[in-house]
Amino acid sequence: MINSLFIINSSGDVFMEKHWKSVIHKSICDYFFEEQGKAGSPEDVPPVIATPHHYLLNIYRNQLYFVAVVTTEVPPLFVIEFLHRIFDTFEDYFTECSETTLKEHFVIVYELLDEMLDNGFPLAVESNILKELIRPPNFLRTITDTVTGKNTGVSATLPTGQLSNVPWRRTGVKYTNNEAYFDVIEEIDAIIDKQGNTVIAEVQGYIDCLIKLSGMPDLTLSFINPRLLDDISFHPCVRYKRWESEKVLSFVPPDGNFRLISYHIGANNMVAVPLYIRHNIQYREGSGGRFEVTIGPKQTMGKVVENISLEVPFPKSVLNLTLTPSQGKYTFDPVGKILTWDVGRMDPTKLPSIKGNISLQSGHPIPESNPTINMNFSISQMAISGIKVNRLDMYGEKYKPFKGVKYMTRAGKFQFRT
Amino acid sequence: MGCIFSHGEGHNLSTEGENCGKNLRMTDSKYFTTTKKGEVFELKTELQSDKKEKKKEAVKKVIASMTVGKDVSALFPDVLNCIQTDNLELKKLVYLYLMNYAKSQPDMAIMAVNTFVRDCEDSNPLIRALAVRTMGCIRVDKIIDYLCQPLRNCLKDEDPYVRKTAAVCVAKLHDINAQLVEDQGFLDQLRDLLSDSNPMVVANAVAAISEILETSPTAQQVLEMNSSTINKLLTALNECTEWGQVFILDAISNYTPKDDKEAQSICERVTPRLAHANAAVVLSAVKVVMKFMEMLEANSEYISTLVKKLAPPLVTLLSAEPEIQYVALRNINLVVQKRPEILKNEMKVFFVKYNDPIYVKLEKLDIMIRLTSQANIAQVLAELKEYATEVDVDFVRKSVRAIGRCAIKVEPAAERCVSTLLDLIQTKVNYVVQEAIVVIKDIFRKYPNKYESIIATLCENLDTLDEPEARASMIWIIGEYAERIDNADELLESFLEGFQDENTQVQLQLLTAIVKLFLKRPTDTQDLVQQVLSLATQDSDNPDLRDRGYIYWRLLSTDPAAAKEVVLAEKPLISEETDLIEPTLLDELICNISSLASVYHKPPNAFVEGSKSSLRKILPPRSQSGNVGDDQPSPPAEAPSAPAATVIPGVDSLIGDLLDMDLGGPSMQQQQMYPPQPTSQTPVQGGGGMDLLGEGLDSLLGGPAPSGDSLGGLGDIFGMPTAQSYVPPQEVWLPASKGKGLEVTGTFSRKQGNVIMELTFANKAMQPMTGFAIQFNKNSFGLMPASPINIPSALLPNQSTSYSLQLSTMGAVQRMDPLANLQVAIKNNIDVFYFSCLVPMHALFVEDGEMEKRVFLATWKDIPAQNEVQHEICNVQHNADTISQKLKNNNVFTIAKRNVEGQDMLYQSLKLTNGIWVLAELKIQPNNPNFMLSLKARAMDVYQGIQQAFDNILHN
Repeated sequence: MINSLFIINSSGDVFMEKHWKSVIHKSICDYFFEEQGKAGSPEDVPPVIATPHHYLLNIYRNQLYFVAVVTTEVPPLFVIEFLHRIFDTFEDYFTECSETTLKEHFVIVYELLDEMLDNGFPLAVESNILKELIRPPNFLRTITDTVTGKNTGVSATLPTGQLSNVPWRRTGVKYTNNEAYFDVIEEIDAIIDKQGNTVIAEVQGYIDCLIKLSGMPDLTLSFINPRLLDDISFHPCVRYKRWESEKVLSFVPPDGNFRLISYHIGANNMVAVPLYIRHNIQYREGSGGRFEVTIGPKQTMGKVVENISLEVPFPKSVLNLTLTPSQGKYTFDPVGKILTWDVGRMDPTKLPSIKGNISLQSGHPIPESNPTINMNFSISQMAISGIKVNRLDMYGEKYKPFKGVKYMTRAGKFQFRT
Repeated sequence: MGCIFSHGEGHNLSTEGENCGKNLRMTDSKYFTTTKKGEVFELKTELQSDKKEKKKEAVKKVIASMTVGKDVSALFPDVLNCIQTDNLELKKLVYLYLMNYAKSQPDMAIMAVNTFVRDCEDSNPLIRALAVRTMGCIRVDKIIDYLCQPLRNCLKDEDPYVRKTAAVCVAKLHDINAQLVEDQGFLDQLRDLLSDSNPMVVANAVAAISEILETSPTAQQVLEMNSSTINKLLTALNECTEWGQVFILDAISNYTPKDDKEAQSICERVTPRLAHANAAVVLSAVKVVMKFMEMLEANSEYISTLVKKLAPPLVTLLSAEPEIQYVALRNINLVVQKRPEILKNEMKVFFVKYNDPIYVKLEKLDIMIRLTSQANIAQVLAELKEYATEVDVDFVRKSVRAIGRCAIKVEPAAERCVSTLLDLIQTKVNYVVQEAIVVIKDIFRKYPNKYESIIATLCENLDTLDEPEARASMIWIIGEYAERIDNADELLESFLEGFQDENTQVQLQLLTAIVKLFLKRPTDTQDLVQQVLSLATQDSDNPDLRDRGYIYWRLLSTDPAAAKEVVLAEKPLISEETDLIEPTLLDELICNISSLASVYHKPPNAFVEGSKSSLRKILPPRSQSGNVGDDQPSPPAEAPSAPAATVIPGVDSLIGDLLDMDLGGPSMQQQQMYPPQPTSQTPVQGGGGMDLLGEGLDSLLGGPAPSGDSLGGLGDIFGMPTAQSYVPPQEVWLPASKGKGLEVTGTFSRKQGNVIMELTFANKAMQPMTGFAIQFNKNSFGLMPASPINIPSALLPNQSTSYSLQLSTMGAVQRMDPLANLQVAIKNNIDVFYFSCLVPMHALFVEDGEMEKRVFLATWKDIPAQNEVQHEICNVQHNADTISQKLKNNNVFTIAKRNVEGQDMLYQSLKLTNGIWVLAELKIQPNNPNFMLSLKARAMDVYQGIQQAFDNILHN
C-alpha cells in the first residue's frame, strides 16, 4: 500500500515526509520535480508518475503537492482518494491546510498520519473517530490544558465508532438544541458556443448536511420528485436498498458536517442555462482590439442572480485592457493575463455590460482565436434541476428536532466560447 | 518511520523555532528551542526525573530532535525506561522512538521485547493494539521470534480492534520474514479471520492477504478463495469501511465463479457499490462487474441491465477531482474498447473544458474518438475544430490528428473532416498545417481518388513544413499523385537540394517519390532520378537508403515494366480502427481495472517490480451452462467494425508497399497497417506489414505456408526422424561420493505434452537401497512430480535402475537463478540428498505454441524493440527446412519463412508452460554456418535458456 508521503510546497521544498514502512529517501521526489518541470502549469503535473522502482501518486491542492510513494500494484484511485482525505482532515483540524499551519502543528500532523494509516493501510479515517483519538487544536483545548496542567491530545480509550456498524457516528452525542440542516447545492457545468447554443450543460448536485442531533437518530429524507436522481453517489451511511425500492434516503447520520449524497444530472436531460452573454471581441492588426460583453438573464425562474463574475484568460500577446463596466469592478492581471470582472447582482432591467479597448504587444502577431470566458454566479433559493425535498422524518429518538432545507444553484465550470 | 521536517538550506533550528513562535504561542515549535550545551545530557536527566509530566516533556523533546534528524540514540535506555506508563500518549511517543532506532540498535531493541509481550496482555485493548502495531514496525530480525506468540494471541483476541490490527501485523511480518510467517501458521490464522464476525477484521485480513499474495505466490494455496469465503466477503462488504470495500472487491475480482449463476449473484451483490461516494470503491466494483459479465450469456437481459447500470457511475467519476478523473479516464478507455455500448450515448461528458489539466484533456480526446460514430460525428467535429484553436500545442496537434482519425473511422463523414482540415490549413498556424498534412496523407490512403482536388491547397504550404513527418507526408502525396501535379518535378527537385540534411524518413520518401514520378513521366525527369539515385547510393551512409536506391536502380535498369508494376502497384487501404489494444492484452487489462496496470495499459508483469506472482489474470470463459450451440466465448457485442474485404493486398502490391510506404515513426498510418484483432477469415488480411516481414508476407498471409506440415509429410517419406524431440544426454547430477553411494544421473525430455524427468539411480554402496522419494524446491516454472516416485524393488549394490518421472507444472513458483535451475531432494533409506540441475528450456515448450500469423505480427510489433535480443548460433550444418522441422519437433513453430537476397528468414513462435510467449527470427545466410537468432518476448529473463535450447536443438 502507501509506503511514504511527501508534502511539497510551491517552491519545491519537501517540507514534510512520513514513512509507514521503511524510509524512502526524499531524493525520490526528483522524479516528481522532473515531471513538474515539464508541466506548463502547477495543475498539469500528471497524477501518476512511474520511476524505476516506485510509483508516485500525487494530488495538488491549495498550492501543496501531496506525493505518495508506492512500490507494489495498488489501486491508484485508492491512494488518490486517500490523499484527498488526508488533506480534508488537515483542513478540518487546522481550518486551513497550508505549509504554515502544517508546520505549526507538526506533532498533531504526525499523530494524525500515524493514526490514519498503519503499514500503509487505512486505519482510522472517519473524522469523528480521529477526533476522539486526537483532539483538534482549539481555543478550548488550550484553556483546559492550561487549567488542568495536562496537555495531552491523545485519548486513552478506544473510540467507540471504530468497530460499530455505524463507524461514522460516535455514541453519546448530546445537544441541547437538536438541529438538522440540509443544503441542496447544484453546480451547472456548461459550455456555450459562439452562437449562444448550448454544447453541453449538466448539473452536479450535492446535499450537504449539518446534523446536531442527540443519541442515535435514524432519519428518512424524501423528495417530491426523486425520479430526477438517477445517478447518485451515497455517503456510506445511506441504506442503498431503501433507495432502490422506495426512493427515500434512510440513514443514521454522522455527527456534524458531511455530504449525504452527490448526484449528477447528465447532458441527456434538459438542463436550464440561467444566463447568456453577448460578446464582441476583435483584434485588429497593429494597434489592439475591441472587447465588449453584455450579460443577460435566460432561465432564472424569477430569481435574482448574484455574485456574478467573469474571468477571461487572454493570450500572452495582450498587453493591457482599458474597459468601462456598467457596474462592478474589473482587474487585469498583467502577468497571468487574466481579466476578472466582478459584476455582483444582476438587475434584469439594466443589463450589466463592459466595453473598452485591448492593447497588444507591438511586434507580436495578433491572436488566432478569441478567449473562452469563464463565468461564476449563484442563485439562492433554487435548485436548477427542480429537485425538492418533501419531508424529513426521525425515528429512534423522542425529541423534536429543528429542521431546515436550503437550496442554491451556482456555476461550476461555466464557459462561453467566443 | 519518521516524520521529518526538512528545513531550507541555512535555516537552523532556533530560527525555525522563533519564526513559528512568533506566529502562534501554543504550538509545537516550542520543543525546538534548545540550549547550546549538553543537550543530550540535559534530556537524560529530565528523562530520569520522578515527575511524570517532566518525563513526558522530555520524551517530546527527544522526539522533536529526532524528527529534525538529530542523533538522540544515546538516550535509548532512558527513553525505554519511560515505557512503563499508563499514559497512552507517552507510550505512543516511546514506541515512536523505538521504531526509529530499533534498526540501528538491535541489541537495545531486545530490551523492549518484554514490554511488547506485556503490553500485548494489557487490559486496555487500545494498548494491546498499539503494541501489536508497533511490534510489526520494528524491522529487526533478532527480535521477531519473540514476537510470534504475542501476535498469535492477538489474532485470537476477544476485542475485534486488536484482531484487525493484528491482521495487518501479519502482513508486516511477512514483509520482514516470509518463511517465518508461513512456518508459524500465521497464514492459516489469517485465513480464519476471513470468517470473523466483525466486518472490519475481515476487511483488514483481506488487505493483509492481498499484500502477501503480491509478493509470494506460494501463499496462494493456503489463501485460496472458495465460494464460501467469497460469500462471507460479500456479507462483510456491506458493513465495512470504504477502504475495506476496495480490498474486498479486489479480492473478489480475483475469484473465478464456478458458473454463470454464481457470477450473476456476485454481480447483483456488488452493483450497489457503484453508487458509493468513494471513487476507488466505484472503480473496483466496475472491475468485478466487467470481469464477471464475461461469464454471463452474451445477449441476456441481465447483461443489458448491467450495461445500463455501469454508465452513470463512470460518468460521475468525471466530476471528481482532476487526479481522479485522470485515472477514471484511463480505465474508461479500456471499458469503451471492451464494451462500447456502455458509454455510447455519453459522448458529451468527454468534451473538453478549457481549464481541464492537460493530462485530462488528452485522455478525453482519445475517448471521444473511440466513441465517435455516424450519429455524433457532427458534434465531435465541431468540438475538435474548436480544440484546434486552443493554446496548448500538444493538445492542438492531437486534436488535428483526431480529425483524421474520425475521417478514417466514419466514412460518411470523411468529406466533412477533410473540409475541416482545409479550414485549419487556412489558419496558416505552422504546427496545425503540418499536422493536418500528415493526417490528410492517411485519408488519401483510406479513400484514394476522392479528395485529390485539395492537393493544390496543400502544395501552397510546402515552404512552411519543417517537421520530418510532415515533409515526408507531403512528398509522398506529390509522388503518389505526380501525374496530376504539373510542377511535381520542380517541387521534388526543391526538396532534393538539401537531401543530405534531411531526416532518413524524408530521404527514403523522396527517393521513392522521384522514382514514381519518373515512371509516370519518364521523358523529362531522367536527370532528377539519376541525381536522387546517386545521392542515395553513393553519398549516403544509411544502409536502408542505399539498399533501396540499389533496388530501384536495378529494377529500372533491368526491367522498367517490372519496376512500374512494383513501384506503382496499388496500395492496400489502411484500416479504420487505429490503435486498439491487442485483444488478449485488453482482456488482461480489463481484469486489472482500477490498478496501476490500467493506468499504464500494460500487463502488470511488464512493469511492477518484484511482482513475483506469475499469475496472469484472464477473463473467465463463458459459462457452459448456456445453450450448447452458443458456448464459445463470443467476441464482445459490436466488436469494433472488423475490417471488411476492402483490405486485400495482392502479392505485388505488398512488394510495392515495401518499397513505398515508410512514413514510419509515430504516424498513425503504421499502426493502422496491422489491424490487431484477428477477426477476419480471409488469409490475405493484414495490410502491408512490410516493416516487419516485408515480402515474406506473401507466404505469411497468402496461400499455404511452405514450411511446417507439408514438409513434415516429406520428412516421413524420406524416413527422417520426425516428431522426435531432442533429449540431451544424461548427466551426473549426484555423484556417488556425495550421495553416500547413490549416483543419480538424469535428463529431461518432453513426451505427449508432459515434461519427463529421466532418472537413473545407480547403487555404488555396499547395502541395498529402498524407500526412494523425491521432492523439488519451489522453482521458476512450478515444476513438481506429478506422482510420487515408485521404485518397487530394492536397489541392490552395483545395480542401477531407470525411472521416468512425469512432472506437472502446477507447483509453487519462485524465481530461480539461473532461471531453469531446479533443486531436487532425493531420499532413500540411507539419507536425504540434495542436488540441483538445469531444466533444458525446450522441455518446457508446449505443443500449442503455434501462434496465428496475424497475432504474431501484432505481437511482434507490440513488444518494444528494446526487448529484442540477438544471439549467434555457430556452426550449424543444416538448411532452413531441416531446421524448421527439427525445431517443430521441439515445439518451436515456424510461422513464416521468407527469402531476402538469398538469406532465409524464419519467423517462429513458442510458448512456455507458464504461458510466456516467445517470438523468434532466425536468419540463415547461404554458405554461412553461423545463424543469427533474434528473440522477442515480454519477459526477457527467459532469453538465455531459450538461446541455449536453440543451440542444443540445432546442433543435435
